[in-house]
Amino acid sequence: MSTSNLDIYMPILMLLLLGVLLVVVTVVFLSKVVRPHNPNPVKEQAYECGEDPVGSAWSLFNMRFYVTGLIFIIFDVETALMFPVVVVFKSMNEVGLGGLVLIELTIFVLILAAGLAYCWRKGDLDWVKSYQTGKDPSGRPRIEND
Amino acid sequence: MTDTIVSYLANFEPFKSFLAFLTESYGANGPTIFAFLIFLVAVIIVVGALATIGGLGTYAERKISADMQARMGPNRVGPYGILQFLADGVKMLMKEDIVPKDADRFLFFIAPMLALTGVFGTLAVVPFSSGLTLTDLNVGVIYLVGIGSLVGLAVFLGGYASNSKWSMIGGMRGASQIISYEVPVVLSILAVVLLSGTLSFGGITKAQGGWPHEWFIFHNPFTFLGFFILFIGSLAESNRAPFDLPEAESELVSGYHTEFTGMRFAFFALAEYIEVFVLCGIAAALYLGGFQVPFNLGGDTIWGQLLQLGAFFSKTLALYYLVIVIRWTLPRLRVDQLMSMCWKYLTPIALFNLIGVGLWMWLFDGKSLFTLLFKSGAAAAGIH
Repeated sequence: MSTSNLDIYMPILMLLLLGVLLVVVTVVFLSKVVRPHNPNPVKEQAYECGEDPVGSAWSLFNMRFYVTGLIFIIFDVETALMFPVVVVFKSMNEVGLGGLVLIELTIFVLILAAGLAYCWRKGDLDWVKSYQTGKDPSGRPRIEND
Repeated sequence: MTDTIVSYLANFEPFKSFLAFLTESYGANGPTIFAFLIFLVAVIIVVGALATIGGLGTYAERKISADMQARMGPNRVGPYGILQFLADGVKMLMKEDIVPKDADRFLFFIAPMLALTGVFGTLAVVPFSSGLTLTDLNVGVIYLVGIGSLVGLAVFLGGYASNSKWSMIGGMRGASQIISYEVPVVLSILAVVLLSGTLSFGGITKAQGGWPHEWFIFHNPFTFLGFFILFIGSLAESNRAPFDLPEAESELVSGYHTEFTGMRFAFFALAEYIEVFVLCGIAAALYLGGFQVPFNLGGDTIWGQLLQLGAFFSKTLALYYLVIVIRWTLPRLRVDQLMSMCWKYLTPIALFNLIGVGLWMWLFDGKSLFTLLFKSGAAAAGIH
């Protein structure tokens, strides 16, 4: 028997629904029957080691991962673009075109590796960036930050 | 070709007659109803089994850590304390559900749900055996990577929704860590796809053999390195020690789930333990031969299937044990060490690996190192 396309995706839908239902049923209904409910103002505070919380946590702070996030997006798109090439590589290799695909793949990877090397050299991968401390730990002339 | 558990079971006589009965009763809808029923039963079995494994994982973790620290560990509930996870579950169910006054109530409710949904979604493509795979998608790898990143979203939302500073920092750390380590993980998965030429987990497993020298980890030196990149990256993606910065209890109280109580916390914990199992299973399927059994013993018979399940679970649980031992052996990394580990070591090595595997495929026509050594050894000895 051959299953149709939609049948193949049926268990995925079931699993996702099961994940949602399990949380809804236990948190909203099942647990409500047996659990106590005695709210008081102190209990409802956000935990800050026993002190009254100072301000909201939804404030701006330097998360340092902004550039990392940008690099991630570039590499994620890169891997997404490499998927089809990598899948056909084996069959291409069998008909003797493996070298061609490999060269294309290498050029593609090298361009992105160059980008990574640039970020690395510029200090964007460091936790404390070299232009923030005012000196470059490696002692080499650093690339100007524009 | 079997690509779901339905198409596998449809080969057997009792199921054929059941299918014929349904087709007779409901006309053209028969096969769909048949698929629905089988899938429903299979999904419930798989989720039930994995939830039990996740629960036993918490027990194993406590027992192994106790062993390593010369303590007793849980030993009150059931024989050797093995039912401790059930007692914990009941306790969590009876705990008061506290939502902080300033929290975003909707996101606070959504976050554990997303974590659980993302992890359950990954179960669909885990190849437990050649017959028991819920659905062996032909885009399985992409699907797994995509749905698995819902967990990262859940970690961040959990941290954001609590409106607590500890949670916020934990969530931020979790998000940056999970997205960063996704790059080396996907690159080392791509190396295996390069060798097997398919994105389905069943296909990748079947491209390997039952013996260790036929596994992809020992295919060539590059894949040997690739397995460790995948394993380290998986540890970081599931927030396990030494990469447990999002919930670093000595600095961030409990990280992104500081404010979660009762069942909401339980679902985060359950999702984490199931995710570790799934990631170990994926590593076993991609690099360690998955459900393949030596001597071609794993056939379509019931015993063959049980042997395949045994092979898959023994490899996966061995990795699971390794994960637990690593947690209780290694100290936690610092955040800057974590990021430089990912971007300065794992990612360049994974890129190098990918090209290396491609080069090996092209130069040696896809033959494994063992085959080449054996061939040259046999040629030198004059054996043909």
